[in-house]
Amino acid sequence: MMRLELVKRPQRSMLFSALSPFIAFALTIIAGAVMFALLGVNPLTAFNIYFIEPISQIWQLHELAIKAAPLILIAVGLSVCYKANIWNIGAEGQFILGGIVGSMLPVLFPQFEGPLVLPLMLLLGMVGGAAYAAIPALLKTRFGTNEILTSLMLVYVAQLFLDWLVRGPWRDPQGHGFPQTIQFNDSAVLPELMPDAGRANWGFVFALVAAVLVWILMSRMLKGFEVRVLGSSPRAGRFAGFGLNRMVFFAFLLSGALAGLAGISEVSGAIGQLQPVISPGYGFTAIIVAFLGRLNPLGIVAAGLVLALTYLGGEAVQSALGISDKVARVFQGMLLFFVLGCDTLIHYRIRLVGLALTKPEGVAKLEAAPKLKEAR
Amino acid sequence: MDITVNILLTIATAATPLLIAAIGELVVERSGVLNLGVEGMMIMGAVGGFGATYLTGSPWIGLLAAIAMGAMFSLLFAVMTLSLATNQVATGLSLTLLGLGLSGMMGTSFVGQPGERLPNLDIPGLTEIPVVGRLLFGQDPIFYISIALTAAVMWFLFKTRTGLTLRSIGDSHTSAHALGIKVIRYRYLAVIFGGACAGLAGGHLSLVYTPQWVENMSAGRGWIALALVVFASWRPWRVLAGAYIFGAVWIGQLHAQAFGIPVPSQFLSSLPYLATVVVLVLISRNKRLTMMNTPASLGQPFVPDR
Repeated sequence: MMRLELVKRPQRSMLFSALSPFIAFALTIIAGAVMFALLGVNPLTAFNIYFIEPISQIWQLHELAIKAAPLILIAVGLSVCYKANIWNIGAEGQFILGGIVGSMLPVLFPQFEGPLVLPLMLLLGMVGGAAYAAIPALLKTRFGTNEILTSLMLVYVAQLFLDWLVRGPWRDPQGHGFPQTIQFNDSAVLPELMPDAGRANWGFVFALVAAVLVWILMSRMLKGFEVRVLGSSPRAGRFAGFGLNRMVFFAFLLSGALAGLAGISEVSGAIGQLQPVISPGYGFTAIIVAFLGRLNPLGIVAAGLVLALTYLGGEAVQSALGISDKVARVFQGMLLFFVLGCDTLIHYRIRLVGLALTKPEGVAKLEAAPKLKEAR
Repeated sequence: MDITVNILLTIATAATPLLIAAIGELVVERSGVLNLGVEGMMIMGAVGGFGATYLTGSPWIGLLAAIAMGAMFSLLFAVMTLSLATNQVATGLSLTLLGLGLSGMMGTSFVGQPGERLPNLDIPGLTEIPVVGRLLFGQDPIFYISIALTAAVMWFLFKTRTGLTLRSIGDSHTSAHALGIKVIRYRYLAVIFGGACAGLAGGHLSLVYTPQWVENMSAGRGWIALALVVFASWRPWRVLAGAYIFGAVWIGQLHAQAFGIPVPSQFLSSLPYLATVVVLVLISRNKRLTMMNTPASLGQPFVPDR
């Protein structure tokens, strides 16, 4: 019988801090190989289809960018929340609300065209996402309500609200009863970056800009310091005069606005209209992206591309091997598990201890303690 | 009269999975561990229960498989958070994400297959008693398990020495450790118990509530169960009350949809989720009650020092 024992390192290991995402990725590949073997597929064939083929041509790289953009945008915002120890897990709902509010212009005023339309839509999308994120923030600061549960519950509400809109008041009257809005007019569609090469649109640029801006905010500005202090020690933050309530609002509004921007970019760029479902779980996958990127905006860009690839690979193995595209979700879940596990190595050394060996001094002392009490 | 009985029966059916999952999570949280993976363990229980029933033809084996699936899945969480001291919130979330994906993959071939329902209790002579007969003696077996489980957990936590020890660990793992209590071992058992309960709750969904496999069929019930524990301020009998209130909301909106009330069905469907938010706000406004009952070391990682 063996047992794991954690031994605290005197200081955090820089080596494992840099290596842990890579170890996690390697472990995911190994576990994935086992999984494919269990499904009766040669792992090498499967990996080729999953990880290599989807990015072997230029147009496919564009598809990767389309998938990565919302993941990076959302995860960059979430990283600020999680750094501050604030748990917004309702980004999926904020994404949807961003898509809905931003779509108000092209759906309700389709005749309104011109260069102003798109900036206004993006702005509305950010406002929509931020406003929806403000609800859990308000409930947390005002009543002390747990933000994990409220932000998550609002995801279901947002999904149902979108469903009602596109089947009810916003349905395209000429859409043959399909649950969708009208196609956006040309000035409401997010332009493609290089229309000759592929479909990637400006959403990817927004994601990169957001990542750089948040990186500057977190590493070069006082606000970033405030986030880190309040996250690691709220008490120290209070002494420094940083307000926890202000931080809750800041983190939720920022992450909500970015999720909203991701939502409207997806709707106006990749889809071109509102549908009952506008996200394959980007808001939840972004949580994985944030952790895989070590809550660092630049790491998140890389992590976003990796997770985007898991989506493409999932679709690829479904069409090529007939395996459910849910395999993507499994990969994503495993990846997060391994990342979290590997992060332990940054702060601790792991020792395997045989139970039969001599007991460490402290344990022996503890076991003696009750006897002492009895003796007295 | 018959309609009232039927409504009460459906409320009980809707409340049972919430109750079981929440009671399990209550024990976990009383030991100081926050497992946000209830939704994932529940859906794994649902797919395991349906799959085993489909393969063996016996819903009873399905029931056991659901419990085993939930327990096994929670072990993953236990190893991560207890042995490797990972962040409990993030690990719980990843358990949910993994569970939703894994269940979807495992269940691909079960979609659209007919299921087998666990038979209701039927005691000749007793079940036929008007009104109370079916309520007391004619429900599905998991309903009785849920009530017994609630009573057992109540007794265990507040009337036994082990229960007291478990609660003391939840309030201060450092003190408990200093007293020589095996904190990690207790927590392992608590987490696995919680997983088994969540699995059973999932089994109820795919073996009783709607005996079939539908992707994401837990539909946020795991999260509502988590909210119920907070709502109940970590007391079993209040979990029971809360689960039945939510069961009533769930059934109420379904009936309202069926009666064609002129409100869009999506608004009615969102009622259980909105009710959860409202209830959480109401309960957290009472700071004293929450502070007094929250296990003090809830969610904090623990690494025994020597």
